[in-house]
Amino acid sequence: MITLNDYLLVAGILFAIGLAGVVVRRNIIVIYMCLEMMLSAANLTLVAFSRFHLVDGAPDYAAQSLVFFTITVAAAEVAVGLAIIVALFRAKQSVDVESVTKLKG
Amino acid sequence: MTVLLGSIDLTFLAISLAKIIVLTFMVILPMVAYSVMAERRGAAIMQDRVGPNRTNLPLTLLGFKKDLSIFGMGGLLQPMADGLKFILKEDFTPKHVRTFYFWLAPALTMVPALLTCAVLPFGSELNLGFLGLAHPVKAVIADLNVGPLYTFAIASLGVYGIVLAGWSSNSKYPFLGAVRSSSQMISYELSLGLAIVPVLMVFGELNLGKIAAAQDADGWLVLPLWGDGLSPGRLLLWIPMLISFVIFTIAMFAETNRMPFDLPECETELVAGYHTEYSSMKFALFFLGEYAAMIIGSGLAVTLFLGGWSIPFGPLLGLGYTPGATPLWLGLLHIATFFAKVIVFILFFIGVRWTVPRFRYDQLMKLGWLWMFEIALANVLLTAVIMWLVPLK
Amino acid sequence: MPSVLFYLFAAITLLFGVGVVVARNPVASALSLVCSFTGLAALFISLDAYFIGTLQILVYAGAVMVLFLFIIMLLDIKAAEGRQTNYATAVGGLLLAVLFTVQIAMVLGDFKEGNKTLADQTLNLGAAASKTSLNTIKDELAEGTLPDAKLMGFTLFDKYPFQLQVVGLLLLAGTVGVVVLSKRDRGGKEEVS
Repeated sequence: MITLNDYLLVAGILFAIGLAGVVVRRNIIVIYMCLEMMLSAANLTLVAFSRFHLVDGAPDYAAQSLVFFTITVAAAEVAVGLAIIVALFRAKQSVDVESVTKLKG
Repeated sequence: MTVLLGSIDLTFLAISLAKIIVLTFMVILPMVAYSVMAERRGAAIMQDRVGPNRTNLPLTLLGFKKDLSIFGMGGLLQPMADGLKFILKEDFTPKHVRTFYFWLAPALTMVPALLTCAVLPFGSELNLGFLGLAHPVKAVIADLNVGPLYTFAIASLGVYGIVLAGWSSNSKYPFLGAVRSSSQMISYELSLGLAIVPVLMVFGELNLGKIAAAQDADGWLVLPLWGDGLSPGRLLLWIPMLISFVIFTIAMFAETNRMPFDLPECETELVAGYHTEYSSMKFALFFLGEYAAMIIGSGLAVTLFLGGWSIPFGPLLGLGYTPGATPLWLGLLHIATFFAKVIVFILFFIGVRWTVPRFRYDQLMKLGWLWMFEIALANVLLTAVIMWLVPLK
Repeated sequence: MPSVLFYLFAAITLLFGVGVVVARNPVASALSLVCSFTGLAALFISLDAYFIGTLQILVYAGAVMVLFLFIIMLLDIKAAEGRQTNYATAVGGLLLAVLFTVQIAMVLGDFKEGNKTLADQTLNLGAAASKTSLNTIKDELAEGTLPDAKLMGFTLFDKYPFQLQVVGLLLLAGTVGVVVLSKRDRGGKEEVS
């Protein structure tokens, strides 16, 4: 049977993949996608905990409310982030993170 | 799923499979084929032409004198002939396309359109006691508690097919068509979602089956004339419900890329839009996907606003639905009613297509964002105020 | 049967997640992420969170990823083919991921509470029905179905109405911000980047 730990492990691995993506990739859009993946991995842990922590026989909806808020904020964040990426692309003609080194001096 | 899996047994699996096969492959797909034909015949009638009326059973090939026409009406086999033609045509993949995505895109338009029919209640329930089933079978594939949300979620995946088709074709017009289509679909999804918020507020329910049952008992949303529909609250709610229905229908036209919003494939500007580079069966999949989306959209509109499977004035005529005690003939009649309503809605789609001219793209966007969105929002507020002033029950 | 489905969807989620990182073409990355999110939504549903699972598809797969795809196509970002992979960062990233996974696994090994199975934690809908005050939720719980969306909405509006308003405000601010950011500077001045 599937235990809570299995779900948590899947979430952990997904988070690790996202983390590796953020470190390895240089395309800023792909980095952004990996960030989304890490957020979703956190959501999976929250939903798993909510299901395995019963309140009066029903799942703990406080955790799922947190997931709801995460998803909403993530959507807003993506829209703003992508607008910034577009502005960046207009200025630099590139989405490579290594092209943004103005502050390096 | 644990709740679900506890109840899984072979009967459940077999019934679900039967429902899926019957609804999708034996009802929706033939309906898709025949709505294409209805479109061609309808266009012909409205333009004072004859239309496809000659495709009959080809008995002359076997040496008979005359082809056999079915029901004495010529052209009823046209969809089969069309399908055969699409399969036999050369399947041409241009050199400059991104092959993998080019092949993926047609499937991605067809599949979401068919997936959405899983939550549509196409009838009340079937009492299959003679097969040895203890409980009546609900006439819906998946009785989900998040029905409309599921439909929106899956329908919003349909945009991938169009975007990928335009992008992978690697040429100007398809790409422009895809860009237009995706921004159009995202814009009108807002109005579509906001239009059903008042409906959900009135029913306090996200289960499409229960919404249909409630309308059967208390009158349809756009025809609240029986049950406790005559209460002043329900009659006042008639106004926002009609507004909702109109917005929902208009947004549905935009979502399914139908006239007058078929800008993504507007032939005077974009050749054929996102499927310019496609041929044979791959083109047919786009074509059929559009019609499938139309049928499912009509089904959703019928379920939400026109009472789903319920027969008008059913409870007064003794044709209403009583949970668990609906005889088999009444269940079948409910299913027939549902599909009759859907067919009427499709004919309305077809009639509109050949009546109104196409919008310009900036007009389309302006309509979506400046009018529909605002009216839908105000409508939610109006419904809330009415429900607050005149409580329903 | 349930464990088979769990492994299937976990595999879909993780394999396509790897696909996001290793694909050279950003479009392939985006599509892999869509598939990964779909698998994740199935995992949510396996945890009885129908509403969150549907929301995951509606918001992430349906809206956010379309936005990503849109930007990728609009900016016409070329695939990073031909460019040399930086092996140092690749090895570093892999090491980081493996270390993180090992750490998670070790922590979970000591987490005794986590050995509960779904069967140990069956939903007690009758008990839940007696605790709720809202009739529509109570009726459905008594029927033996979990009115996921209703319970979720009840929690949101009953316990966290203020937070909900704040999120609404945040969305508004986000919308205004996006419009300002993506508006082209027509004055001919240098664009802000």
